Amino acid sequence: MLGLNKKDTSLLIIVGILTLLAPFILNPFPSDSAMAQFNAGYPDLMQRFVIFGIFAIGFNILFGLTGYLSFGHAAFLGVGSYSAVWMFKLLSYNVIPAIALSVVVAGLFSLLIGFVSLRRSGIYFSILTLAFAQMSFALAYSVLSNPKFNLTNGETGLQVYADDPQILQGANAPDLPHLFGLPMRATYTLDVGAWSFDFNAGYYLCAVVMMVVFYLAIRIFRSPFGMMLRAVKSNQQRMNYTGLNSKPYTLAAFVISGMYAGLAGGLMAAMDPLAGAERMQWTASGEVVLMTILGGTGTLIGPVLGAGFIKYFENIFSKINDNVLHSWFAFLPDGLEDAVVFLIHPFIGKGWHLTLGILFMLVVIYLPGGLVEGGQRLMKWFKRKKSGTDDAPSGKTEPAE
Amino acid sequence: MDAILLQILNGLDKGSAYALIALGLTLIFGTLGVVNFAHGALFMIGAFCAVTLQKLMNLSFVTLDETQTDFLGNPLKVETPYVEAWFGPEVGATIIDWSVPLAILFAIPIMLLVGYVMERGLIKHFYKRPHADQILVTFGLAIVLQEIVKYFFGANPIQTPPPDALSGSVDLGTMIGFDPNAIIYPIWRLVYFGFAVAIIGAVFSFLQFTTFGMVVRAGMADRETVGLLGINIDRRFTIMFGIAAAVAGLAGVMYGPLNPPNYHMGMDFLVLSFVVVVVGGMGSLPGAVLAGFLLGILESFASTTWATTTIPGINQIIIYLVAIIVLLTRPRGLMGRKGVMEE
Repeated sequence: MLGLNKKDTSLLIIVGILTLLAPFILNPFPSDSAMAQFNAGYPDLMQRFVIFGIFAIGFNILFGLTGYLSFGHAAFLGVGSYSAVWMFKLLSYNVIPAIALSVVVAGLFSLLIGFVSLRRSGIYFSILTLAFAQMSFALAYSVLSNPKFNLTNGETGLQVYADDPQILQGANAPDLPHLFGLPMRATYTLDVGAWSFDFNAGYYLCAVVMMVVFYLAIRIFRSPFGMMLRAVKSNQQRMNYTGLNSKPYTLAAFVISGMYAGLAGGLMAAMDPLAGAERMQWTASGEVVLMTILGGTGTLIGPVLGAGFIKYFENIFSKINDNVLHSWFAFLPDGLEDAVVFLIHPFIGKGWHLTLGILFMLVVIYLPGGLVEGGQRLMKWFKRKKSGTDDAPSGKTEPAE
Repeated sequence: MDAILLQILNGLDKGSAYALIALGLTLIFGTLGVVNFAHGALFMIGAFCAVTLQKLMNLSFVTLDETQTDFLGNPLKVETPYVEAWFGPEVGATIIDWSVPLAILFAIPIMLLVGYVMERGLIKHFYKRPHADQILVTFGLAIVLQEIVKYFFGANPIQTPPPDALSGSVDLGTMIGFDPNAIIYPIWRLVYFGFAVAIIGAVFSFLQFTTFGMVVRAGMADRETVGLLGINIDRRFTIMFGIAAAVAGLAGVMYGPLNPPNYHMGMDFLVLSFVVVVVGGMGSLPGAVLAGFLLGILESFASTTWATTTIPGINQIIIYLVAIIVLLTRPRGLMGRKGVMEE
């Protein structure tokens, strides 16, 4: 279907079904039960899943295929957000031109940065992208918000004010981001018994966009272009010796992933019309690296999984506090209960970043292929247990250097 | 003239911090070939060694003084730090006052140990893995260390005052023949600069004039051959990692009085220190030191009102701009060896 082989088609369909039914799947607990805090099916969080999924898919096209580790991708996300909000300010609250502009601007910006950074590889590339992103952050935070030329509105963040031109804004169009009159915040709540499910217009817009870009990512992975990028990763020197200039390919990959980041930034602004400089900081770039690695670098589904995983647990872990813990471990004897709660306390609530850091280190050390590799290993292990034989020697050979 | 001199002096303290961190980064890269993203966290741990020592010194017990009463008529509660009780009030007060410089003694063994544990426990397993993996795992470690410090010390900056004798400013201008009040400079910055120079000198002479340093330098040039000569180079490199950690930690200890330490100060310095290493030349120790001071001074010149009015925001981006230009025109850096990491 659509030029995909059978396996990829089924992957696409599964992802499609999961995203479209997410309001059901993410709300498995009745809304007034004690477990309701593990529900993730509210619009804001679902939008974040999908938007960061897009961001990570794009990042993976660069890092997963070519092996170039960029530490500055948040800059493109930030640029995308700023351009979308500018579209809201100048034209209208319709999200289509805003998202379109954010992709275009992020693409141009990444072309510029990619052209310079890709003259180096390895750590130099990482440090160059890091330097560029920090520079953009510094510029957006302070310089580009002087009274004469206020492009970013500095610390406050760029937002739409009542006296903005909005030349195409119709008289009766909603006064918040909308898609041809359908506001992004419009939510239909379906109550089934004790359960309630939210269907949010903004989420579905993001979900459809994600499906499209996921499809594009599959096509890129399976194309000769994707093959070329993989060749760059496995041995760039050899590629150069064969007389092939790999730079246009890596630059194209960089720009594509920059456009994905811009798209994510534009969607973020479309869900909440506010853009701040902190989206460009290098810790934000680090976050997308975490997502991709955690999910599985170079795999199709990995980045989406990683993004969902991090955003879900960020949300859940931040909500758990000592009282919740005490109620969980109430079955233990009092002293032991306090001890257990005391031990877990640093990792929950505000300690989420600590948990994330530890998790990330463990993944890099023991499971470089991320969650996807973990899943595969588990599958293999189960299969071996079933058949009761030792693993057959694999036919994989390492290329000689 | 005095204005130029003042800017140079202003750049020295930041430049010293850059130079010290970059020196450690380069030592690690030159010996072990590892890109250490957790080096900023080591700087931060150093600063918190000073904070911890200060808190320990100020531990006190409460006694009721029957001779004095507070405004309610109850006996006055007097807090006496233990050090004052043990060493007598005057010596104790001096110890508390000098807690930041004293923290140097306290920080050296701790930082050596932290470095040793880090290398043996984690970095060792990453020699054979790609640079990207090294960056990622040390980045994760930096997050963890930072969050641990945040858990114990909170998110707010903690004041670590310098000793009374070294706080305040000195009029440097009059000493070298300028008008009074032309060049007024905080003493602690001078102390920091002197300290940095001393540390840098110590590291260089250690490498240059001891047998241990000679072996390490030989190992940096050709690790395999040194290994074949029957020298356990890995062990020496581990010690060098500890020394690099100690250098970063000491830079942090003394930096506290200049800027109250908080848990993410390491990250802020790390990015800039990497830029410094790249400008100086990956693997070149003199390059790292030179670039550290140069960029610090350059940053201070870019912060003058003249520069910021000519090009707004130049002070924020100057270092990155320089790094980009250097990387594109002379990728091996100012003093890098030809052929080392030029790709």
